Amino acid sequence: MNTTVQRNMSLSGEPPAALSAIQKFSVVLGMFGLGVLLLAMFNIDFPNKTTWLAISLSAITLGVVIFSYGAYANKSAGIKNDGVYQKSISSRGLLGWLLGIALTGFYVVLYFYPQYLGLRNEGDNVGVIALFDPLSKFLSGNPASQWFVYGTLYTIAILAFGIKFLWKYRHNRYEVLRTLSVMFFQASFAFIIPEVMARLNNSEAYNIPYYDLKNIWPLNYYNFEQYRVDGFISSGNLGIFLLLFGIVSILVITPILTYFYGKRWYCSWVCGCGGLAETSGDAFRQLSDKSLFAWRVERWVVHSVLVFSVLMTTAVIHSYLSYDADKYLLNKDTFLISVAVFLGLLFAVIWYFKKEEFKKDARYGAIGYLAITLGLIGIHYMSGSSVFIFNPETLRSTYAFLIGSIFSGVIGTGFYPIFGNRVWCRFGCPMAAILGLQQRLFSKFRITTNGGQCISCGNCSTYCEMGIDVRAYAQKGENIIRASCVGCGICSAVCPRGVLKLENGSTKGRINSEAVLLGNDVDLLNLIQENKASHKG
Amino acid sequence: MKHIAIIGNGIAGITAARHIRKLSDYKITVISAESEYFFSRTALMYVYMGHMKFEHTQPYENWFWEKNNIQLKHGFVKEVNTENKRLLFEDGSDLTYDDLIIASGSKPNKFGWPGENLKGVQGLYSKQDLELLEENAPNNEVCKRAVIVGGGLIGIELAEMLRTRNIPVTMLVRDRYFWGSVLPEGEAKLIGNHIKDHHIELKLNTQLKEIVSDENGRASAIITSEGEKIECNLVGLTAGVRPSIDFLNDSGIELGKGVKVNKYLETNIPNVYAIGDCAEQLEPTGFRKPVEAVWYTGRMMGEAVAQTICGNKMAYRPGVWFNSAKFLDIEYQTYGWVWAKPQDYEQQFYWEHPDGKKCIRISFHKENHAILGINTFGIRLSHEKFDKWISEEKSVEFVIENLHKAHFDPEFYKKHYSAIKKSFDNQFQLAN
Ligand SMILES: Cc1cc2nc3c(=O)[nH]c(=O)nc-3n(C[C@H](O)[C@H](O)[C@H](O)COP(=O)(O)OP(=O)(O)OC[C@H]3O[C@@H](n4cnc5c(N)ncnc54)[C@H](O)[C@@H]3O)c2cc1C
Ligand code: SF4
Ligand code: SF4
Repeated sequence: MNTTVQRNMSLSGEPPAALSAIQKFSVVLGMFGLGVLLLAMFNIDFPNKTTWLAISLSAITLGVVIFSYGAYANKSAGIKNDGVYQKSISSRGLLGWLLGIALTGFYVVLYFYPQYLGLRNEGDNVGVIALFDPLSKFLSGNPASQWFVYGTLYTIAILAFGIKFLWKYRHNRYEVLRTLSVMFFQASFAFIIPEVMARLNNSEAYNIPYYDLKNIWPLNYYNFEQYRVDGFISSGNLGIFLLLFGIVSILVITPILTYFYGKRWYCSWVCGCGGLAETSGDAFRQLSDKSLFAWRVERWVVHSVLVFSVLMTTAVIHSYLSYDADKYLLNKDTFLISVAVFLGLLFAVIWYFKKEEFKKDARYGAIGYLAITLGLIGIHYMSGSSVFIFNPETLRSTYAFLIGSIFSGVIGTGFYPIFGNRVWCRFGCPMAAILGLQQRLFSKFRITTNGGQCISCGNCSTYCEMGIDVRAYAQKGENIIRASCVGCGICSAVCPRGVLKLENGSTKGRINSEAVLLGNDVDLLNLIQENKASHKG
Repeated sequence: MKHIAIIGNGIAGITAARHIRKLSDYKITVISAESEYFFSRTALMYVYMGHMKFEHTQPYENWFWEKNNIQLKHGFVKEVNTENKRLLFEDGSDLTYDDLIIASGSKPNKFGWPGENLKGVQGLYSKQDLELLEENAPNNEVCKRAVIVGGGLIGIELAEMLRTRNIPVTMLVRDRYFWGSVLPEGEAKLIGNHIKDHHIELKLNTQLKEIVSDENGRASAIITSEGEKIECNLVGLTAGVRPSIDFLNDSGIELGKGVKVNKYLETNIPNVYAIGDCAEQLEPTGFRKPVEAVWYTGRMMGEAVAQTICGNKMAYRPGVWFNSAKFLDIEYQTYGWVWAKPQDYEQQFYWEHPDGKKCIRISFHKENHAILGINTFGIRLSHEKFDKWISEEKSVEFVIENLHKAHFDPEFYKKHYSAIKKSFDNQFQLAN
């Protein structure tokens, strides 16, 4: 046997069964639904818009659902990753690239050329947006916008692919519950409630900006812009409540929940971006980059976005605060000073309690960022000029363009089939960065490993959408406590040896980088452990 | 500087290399004829099934070896000259060492079956076997049926692999039940049913008599011990493995079934050690077999031998036995010893879930009720807890009472501990 070893052959096999008849039908059905939208986009005027919209959206939904039925219904419950790396769509093959290009194109049109979708500032909408007018009028009373079209398709994607996911992971109650959760939050908080809230605005007393309650600053970086804050303030108690809720969400609710459950409570149970990634993006989770290099890039990029978003928001709020505090309770100076004091305190607390947890480069990074932020605030405060290094409006529009549109939409979702389904969550989301820091430093959440049972097979790392090399920890017996882990639970689900368990437990001994694999003589294990400990730090 | 040569880049050899590197700055060379980098053999199946690419089976990135100053040499060792401490390679090159670790692993068993060397007959052990399988069974047109000989862990993996390409599979199993040499009847039946649910044909009490060739020297059918002829294009030989040590025949190193080693993993020749699948213990620990061909033991021997080589002489003294596997969709873990046929001092408690996909069996001592071992199917339990409970000889009553503390299933999974306890109380009427 060993003498034939030099032979070299590619190890990429054939995909398993081709599509079944029922799946082929479902693909045609779904394509038909999309086709209706496409025709509408090219200004084919459908006579009865309500009917055609219903036909189109039902066809898309049913297409996905029937496809899932064909894929999973007749198979026994369990892991369904057969052929993932043999199918073109899920292994960066031709279909994957085509889908990536199509999605990217869609996002470019959506963000930058909504007129091609039929958006009209004057007069009635045309094209595909017009097709959605009846639904929008039914919900909010207003004609549709490109964002309404997007929101509807987004929700349908989460619901339809959510059903697919539920089928696929029907043996795993953690996956089932958290998928039902993201489906619920998308359908209600992100879609129905804001539309219905918009109805309130028909009355003079209300001027509430569109508000998806589960979208928390800095993910919705625009939440504290002037038009919104003015809207909230002018909408009575409800408006004030919403404004306060926005502040409390990030300062109080988020830290508490993250302390108890890790960032997963948000990223894979509530968040819409996470919801889309987990459902529609599930087929692409294996495409994330697991290299150490990618991890380094991730840390720098995502924390830079966080700093950018803090600066930008500070500058924007500062720009509309006045020198006296009559309207917004804060004046320019007190606001800046409080931001600086808050950041300084936060940093001091982290430094005092958790200095050990920081790796060297993270430490430099943190100091650097804090210095820059305080520096900018300081310069501004000293000079008293209204210019916050850049013009706040330039800062805001740059952020909206680079982060809000290009990163989260075009790259984040458009590139699902190329870079995996969580590119945005991993590299770009400032909210994930905050939750991640907290998860790493102050949380009860961890993934524990089961003694010495790991066989280093690599399923966990391969299917980690956040690009975490889970195996690297599991095969050393260490807990996995990574800032980026969104707690999707898939590593635990795909592990064929039952090694991984997501848990909330005592914070003591949570980070156990001296752990060793169980199985050997106790004396030897102690020795290895000592040796490991002495090599750290 | 001392030069440590390691033959074999599997889990045993690589663990030894990594631990020696942690403890010393000796020169280390790891030799393999199979693959350039260490990969996880246990994951081979996932490559054929398309869950992963081959590169995903490699636990370390390619820069790891150079960064840790571990030299890799690709080549087949033809001969070991222990007098000159020299390795001779198939390509004519050679390498001298100060200490030699043999970690050459296993190869599939063959029992002299007529036709066992035909084309289309293969085992599943190496990366090359996987490549060969891609050739022999790329789809169900080339391979209209496969027959798998041997109902063990690798056999069922091979069956699962082939089923993902809709290739009909027949398994010949010598015992009365699937993996009946290891599994008690309850578990073996449960798995047997699950195998049938996956449309794999199980022929129990059946052995291979011969493999029939077509005119091109390819397997075209097999004949069973019952005289039945089954047409097939692939014959998978998965009736166990044995140490891969042929290249040591003239080395003067004492060989039996494997390379004979004492409890320090030393062979009869000074400075030559053997670890992993290829080692045969002269004094096996407890009920362990002299040759232990599992991942974990290779790793543990690697950890132990590294200490010895770095001047801290250390015996291989493994703790409580454990193992795990997955049969299609059903995960299996075992801790301690549960015998297929209970020993005379042994009593067993068995519980099966009504869905027929989960069960546990606890083995305990008849007299003092100390727990001896557990099998668990479809339920994940904590290794740490059972390691502790078994080595502390906790009573079976204690274990049943505290089973929930060993819970390792994912969150929100249904727990069965109270049903298990009830069933235990009923069976043994100890609830008074
Ligand atoms: C399909 C499959 C699934 C498995 N699943 C499990 C599992 O789930 N759990 C478990 O515990 N165990 C499992 N095992 C067993 C486990 O993989 C082995 O016990 C383990 O890999 C043995 O490791 P090793 O380092 O001793 O040898 P190996 O991994 O076999 O490494 C030996 C290496 O040495 C090379 N070599 C041999 N002779 C020479 C020579 N003369 N010159 C150069 N190189 C040479 C070989 O080519 C090979 O690369 C599985 C095995 C297989 C095949
Ligand atoms: S933790 Fe599980 S999935 Fe990950 S490498 Fe280990 S055995 Fe494989
Ligand atoms: S480590 Fe596991 S739970 Fe965390 S993101 Fe990766 S796959 Fe999900």
